[in-house]
Amino acid sequence: MRYKGAVEFRNVVKKFGQFTAIPDLSLSIEPGELVTLLGPSGCGKTTTLRMLAGLEGPTGGQILIGGQEVTRLPADRRDVSMVFQSYALFPHMTVAQNVAYGLESGGMKPAEARERAAEGLVLVGLEGLGARLPAELSGGQQQRVAVARALVLEPQVLLLDEPLSNLDARLRRRVRTEIRELQQRLGFTAVYVTHDQEEALAVSDRIVVMKNGVVAQVGSPRELYEAPASEFIADFIGEANVVGGEVLSVEGGIARVDLGGAILALPARGLREGPARLAMRSNAARVRTAGAGVPGRVASSAYLGDHVEYEIDGPLGRVFVVDDESDTPLPVGTEVVLDLRPRGLALIPEGV
Amino acid sequence: MNKDNRRLDLILAAGFFALLVLPWYRVRRGFFGLDWLSDLPGSETLWPGLFQALAGRWQLWPVLALVALAVALRLTRAPGPRRGRALVGIGLAGLCWLAVEGLSIGLRGWNWGVLETVFGPVVGQQAFGAGAVLLGAIFALISAFGAAERGALKGDAFVLGAITLLVLLVGVFVFYPLLSMFTGAFQDFDGSFTTEGVRGSIFDPKIWSLGCLTGGNCGVAWRTFFLALCTATGTTLMGLIFALVATRTGFRFKRALRLLTVLPIITPPFVVGLALTMLLGRSGTLTQWIEAATGWELGRWLYGLTGIWIAQMLSFTPISFLVLIGVVEGISPSMEEASQTLRSDRWRTFRKVSLPLMAPGLANAFLIGFIESMADFGNPLVLGGSGGVLSTEIFFAVVGAQNDPTRAAVLASVLLVFTLSAFLAQRFWLAGRNFATVTGKGDGGRHASLPRRVAWPVITMAVGWGLFTVTVYAMILFGGFVKVWGLDHSLTLDHYARAFGVSFAEGWQWTGVAWDSFWTTMKIALIAAPLTAAVGLLTAWLIVRQRFPGRSVFEFALMMSFAIPGTVIGISYIMAFNLPPLQMTGTAAILIACFVFRNMPVGVRGGVAAMAQLDGSLDEASLTLGAGSGRTMRRVILPLMRPAILAALVYSFVRAITSISAVIFLVSAKYNMATAYIVGLVENGEYGIAIAYSSVLILVMITVIGGFQLLVGERRIGRREVQAEAATRESLA
Ligand SMILES: Nc1ncnc2c1ncn2[C@@H]1O[C@H](COP(=O)(O)OP(=O)(O)O)[C@@H](O)[C@H]1O
Ligand SMILES: [Mg+2]
Repeated sequence: MRYKGAVEFRNVVKKFGQFTAIPDLSLSIEPGELVTLLGPSGCGKTTTLRMLAGLEGPTGGQILIGGQEVTRLPADRRDVSMVFQSYALFPHMTVAQNVAYGLESGGMKPAEARERAAEGLVLVGLEGLGARLPAELSGGQQQRVAVARALVLEPQVLLLDEPLSNLDARLRRRVRTEIRELQQRLGFTAVYVTHDQEEALAVSDRIVVMKNGVVAQVGSPRELYEAPASEFIADFIGEANVVGGEVLSVEGGIARVDLGGAILALPARGLREGPARLAMRSNAARVRTAGAGVPGRVASSAYLGDHVEYEIDGPLGRVFVVDDESDTPLPVGTEVVLDLRPRGLALIPEGV
Repeated sequence: MNKDNRRLDLILAAGFFALLVLPWYRVRRGFFGLDWLSDLPGSETLWPGLFQALAGRWQLWPVLALVALAVALRLTRAPGPRRGRALVGIGLAGLCWLAVEGLSIGLRGWNWGVLETVFGPVVGQQAFGAGAVLLGAIFALISAFGAAERGALKGDAFVLGAITLLVLLVGVFVFYPLLSMFTGAFQDFDGSFTTEGVRGSIFDPKIWSLGCLTGGNCGVAWRTFFLALCTATGTTLMGLIFALVATRTGFRFKRALRLLTVLPIITPPFVVGLALTMLLGRSGTLTQWIEAATGWELGRWLYGLTGIWIAQMLSFTPISFLVLIGVVEGISPSMEEASQTLRSDRWRTFRKVSLPLMAPGLANAFLIGFIESMADFGNPLVLGGSGGVLSTEIFFAVVGAQNDPTRAAVLASVLLVFTLSAFLAQRFWLAGRNFATVTGKGDGGRHASLPRRVAWPVITMAVGWGLFTVTVYAMILFGGFVKVWGLDHSLTLDHYARAFGVSFAEGWQWTGVAWDSFWTTMKIALIAAPLTAAVGLLTAWLIVRQRFPGRSVFEFALMMSFAIPGTVIGISYIMAFNLPPLQMTGTAAILIACFVFRNMPVGVRGGVAAMAQLDGSLDEASLTLGAGSGRTMRRVILPLMRPAILAALVYSFVRAITSISAVIFLVSAKYNMATAYIVGLVENGEYGIAIAYSSVLILVMITVIGGFQLLVGERRIGRREVQAEAATRESLA
């Protein structure tokens, strides 16, 4: 059972008629991992998930679940289950019947299925609500029923397609923590689709960022944030400023970079001497009125209580900077210097 | 508050016109001919209301007094809540008085003996004419404007006026006739109250006998009920089959299937029965083949419930198909996909998820089929033979040798109870059970296709039934070109020549026998269509956009008039409009009124569906920009609703051409309609011409609908539109 819960896509292609949604996807997911598919709307996340569920057949390539090929296996014979964006709870069945449905489909005796369904409801904190109809539950409760319904089947892989998108913002934060806790407690593999980078950063072991059907980068939340492989990633994860600089020299994997006159030492990430692009997080610079640093002028400022947001014009172009020092917000037009810190800066490798 | 005075001045002026110029009573030879003008001074019956009152008709004095009071209020009081309240009172009092005196005093004095003994004799009076009718409308408007001055509905006079007039019209043309029918059942020939006829009819074994359970004959009520159950079951099943084939299989000719749904709209209701006769009747084509091949004697099996059932199955399956397409497509695909990811194969998914979700829709289709079958008149008329159903029995009770209005009224009430119960069941029992599974935020996804073991039988049945339908329709087109059906199958154009011949001998002449009724039909349909659309859409606008007390009751009453079978409308119109105060039988007006108020719900539904898609903030934006309700309607709503308006126009036009059940009671020698004329031909055994005429009608309607489609353009059919369309078509039936 070494492979139980492992997922592998091998050169999977998906076309809808003339339109190629997924040109060539290879990806492997380790057992017990929570992997997020992240990307802008229309980039093929749902399609990927549906192929894994067996709801959509790939045009080419192979899909493996638990080490076994399932490419042509219909949905009902795959050892995965799915939480739908709209939850897709059966409106004509009670909550308990909904949760027991999959168990009975698998041939379990009704009495046993009922018992297991009740346990499933306890798992998600809905004990005692089994007799209600889905329409009699709140949005958050419905969402948990959908999770319970999928989990009681003890699938190798749990698929979640934007499971929080129908919840309000406050509930979202709570439910995503619950899902993550449940996943870590029970140790199942989960594939989680979302377009919200903050959500992805919060719950994932690894994030797969997609763009136009192609994997743009795979990595842990931290890797993606601190070492984006491309401008797209840098912008999509954490909305970094992308600025131009120049690598002066490289020595032992460390590059000396000239950024608007300031000289910094950063991991080279395979770059040679010459012009380069850098991801600059909004917290990479402190705004000072005097001292050393990159000169600039305040183009706009917004006071937000515990911090101030500035847009600064200067040799780097217009950059977005957050300053924690909010006691004396600087007015527009003030001449300032940006005191850069290596922590929020990363060279972007070329060619991606 | 100048506006308040201005509109009051306008209607008061119209009131003077009604009292001083227009003839108060009905003009026998027709008001619009205007030849009555030459007889005016001499003939007292043509005098306007004021002169009638001066000549001693005291029943008009209160009317004059009320108008004078309104004028006095206008001159002495400023607009405001107090004047408003008084005006409301005046308007209502005027309407009530007109109703009371009109209903009490008939052609030969008092209508009821009681009144005679109390008040002494009175001179009889004619039915209301132009003057009285106009003044009635003016009283309604006076009370509406009064209400506006009091500040009701934010003082919106346009909306109040529209509501008042609509309520008045619906009252007069829908509820008053029904009421007349019920009271008519309880009246002797001399008008006095009696329960004898009703008791006799209600307990008539011919209506209620359950003899068939023990081997005898059942009463007509049970027969009709049983037939309706069979038709509803059958059409629901076939409709579901077609809907599944059209949406859930890889069947190649889905578009052709969808064409089926147009058929009931373009087919006059008895035509299917007619075609069946030609195919399966005693000398029908198929019958002859079978008899020649097997030597059996098939006889007249088609004439009776079996034949009617087959005809109704053919006629109403497309309606159920259309309703159920919406139902089947309305199930969110993610329901079925969820079931699949929960270890269920397609068959289990279909049984456990798809079917239960469709159940309310199926029940709805069943009830619609039930009402259709109950109300169907054309097919039973052609195929009923000796054993009719309620609708045909009603007809024969008044037109035949029986001439027993009481019996007709009782039968009509029985029919009405059946259909209204079905309607109420549909409204209240089904209302809470609809699983609207199409949510705003979808997962995309696709509908699961049918499992094999369902798909094949289903496709086979759909194709078989489709071919049968095509054969039947081929009969209709072909039958008009054959000399004598069943005997002499040589081709001929005789029938067409006799029906639609023209001669050039002395100029252009329409010599064909069909032209007369054809042109009448076209004319009346053309007049009725815009009126229907206008009334329907105005009502839709009021229902969707205005919040007035009694709105839901108003809507409910309107929709309920759907469930009133045409036969019942026909008989009730005869009973209501044959005598003063409103005498309209034999005129074109009664036909037009019948079409307008019978087809109005179609316009209402279409309009409601269309308007529900227009954002309400559009109206509000217009209102805040200073436009009144009327201007908003004209400049904002109407332009946006053009497709809905066109649809309502076309549908009401087509419906006016195809309908028969109510029309057959209301036609006259002068105003004969195509369908009634064709039925007459069938009764005389002139099948050739009847079929030829029917084909022409079908062609006309195909042309009209086709032209309409071109005009509006091919719409992409999304889920919502299908449902709106289904609602519209469903209401056509
Ligand atoms: N059934 C379908 N037919 C045609 N195109 C589709 C279908 N499903 C998805 N697509 C297209 O494939 C692309 C990826 O869609 P999807 O996977 O739903 O994106 P998302 O990342 O937003 O979930 C989109 O461009 C979409 O239009
Ligand atoms: Mg998606």
